[in-house]
Amino acid sequence: MKEQSEETPQGPLPVVDFLKIPEDGDPYLEGFRCTSCDAVYLADRAACSKCGARDTLKTTRLSTQGNLYVYSIVHRSFPGIEVPYVSAIVDLEGGGTLKGNLINIEPDPEKIEMGMPIEVVFGDALGRVDRDGNTYLSYFFQPRG
Amino acid sequence: MSEDVYILGTDMIKFGRFPDRSVPSLGAEAALLALDDANLTIQDMEAVCCGNLGQAAAMVGQRIMQEIGQTGVPVVNCANACATGATAFREAWMGIKAGLYDLVLAVGVEQMGRGLLGGAGGAKGIPKEGLLGSQTMPAVFAEAGMEHSRKYGTTFEQFAKVSVKNHHHSTHNPKAMYQIETPLETVMNAEMIAYPNTKLMCSVNVDGAAAAILASEKKARELGMGRAVRVKASVLTSDPWQERDLVMPDVNSCTRLAAKTAYEMAGVGPEDVDLVELHDCFATAEILHYENLGLCGEGEAGRMIDEGESAHGGRVPVNVSGGLLSKGHPLGATGIANIYEISTHLRGEAGARQVEGARIGLTHVIGLGSACAIHVLEKAS
Repeated sequence: MKEQSEETPQGPLPVVDFLKIPEDGDPYLEGFRCTSCDAVYLADRAACSKCGARDTLKTTRLSTQGNLYVYSIVHRSFPGIEVPYVSAIVDLEGGGTLKGNLINIEPDPEKIEMGMPIEVVFGDALGRVDRDGNTYLSYFFQPRG
Repeated sequence: MSEDVYILGTDMIKFGRFPDRSVPSLGAEAALLALDDANLTIQDMEAVCCGNLGQAAAMVGQRIMQEIGQTGVPVVNCANACATGATAFREAWMGIKAGLYDLVLAVGVEQMGRGLLGGAGGAKGIPKEGLLGSQTMPAVFAEAGMEHSRKYGTTFEQFAKVSVKNHHHSTHNPKAMYQIETPLETVMNAEMIAYPNTKLMCSVNVDGAAAAILASEKKARELGMGRAVRVKASVLTSDPWQERDLVMPDVNSCTRLAAKTAYEMAGVGPEDVDLVELHDCFATAEILHYENLGLCGEGEAGRMIDEGESAHGGRVPVNVSGGLLSKGHPLGATGIANIYEISTHLRGEAGARQVEGARIGLTHVIGLGSACAIHVLEKAS
């Protein structure tokens, strides 16, 4: 028998470890930057993948501003996943590259321009909950300006 | 460097769907075909290297031996994503190159499910597919293709032409999964899976097996060089660090590194290559590899497909077997099946799809994650 407190749904929880939700304040993305070669990662590691230096990865707050690098418009996915959606890769200002859904744009190659300015926004994870009923906060991309 | 290694026998089963067969039985069939092709027996083999991904923990190589003869020789099982078969072949090559063995069997086999390949996300939390973009293989390779579009303006139509070409090629390959023509309109109007890859621009999930018998130079001379194929280069790379690694698996830098190393090892350049079997897991991927393998200059891949340079009869025919797009892509078998294809042309035995006068050929596979294997093969006599 579980403790009552463990069964109570909490939320929202961050969809990935690099999304931080402060008790007071707005959510943000936090990566790791190598102080030796400046490479940026979304998760910690034993040593820097780029230069191999150890003990040089320090947490760094990632920008919410960036540019669309490339994308695909997904029309068929795994069962139960709503389509179409735009899978986008975005280069953030100051370093770091993320993959995510590009929203608030028509899923049409004529409407999507590689290089276009993008901003990172936060919102509920499309209503998805885990087996314990927890809700999640996700990040999304949308056209800037 | 020590003496060369030779292929004395090689074959593959017709790719298809065999739900009633076991993985070892498919592998055994290919192994016996290759042994027959070399006019040798399992008793002649001093080691066996087996490539399989789906049952990587289940001793497929030893189970193949149970079907064709348990001689007690060393058996090693390899898993390296879609480079699995080529990695097994290279393990065999290394054993001979090291002087340990004179004859080694390499076999690759896979039984595939149907449907999309890709990471469905971890068990923890909630599914990420369609929330944080897509991890499906069609989308991942669509994004890799869009990088080429971004740089050079490559169009949906140019990507689609790859699929038209490879499906056309397979009409002359009885061992391909499909032998059907797919005109440009058919390819472009097929169900869109992940723009710009339509269903006909995605490789076919099939069951298959392929095998090769590798020999030392001494043994090849003893048995006769008549139909032998010389392995001029065998190269394996992993992906060197790239800025977007974490979200964008990189198939380019590991291929470029492997190609450079392979050409140096073989003492030839891309201009010397008469035909290529490369990793067209998606139509978008083939375009990237024209440049990665040095078959054309930077930014010229679109023109290369437009002008038919990579078609049968063109300057450097690519995937005359039909490629993964039409021959099919049984992951663990693919790397040896493309070695079979090149060897068959170098031997002058490819029938209706023969590339006339072929003397040097190149095989290339990519395992996402990533691994790249390249082999340069040459007609021995």
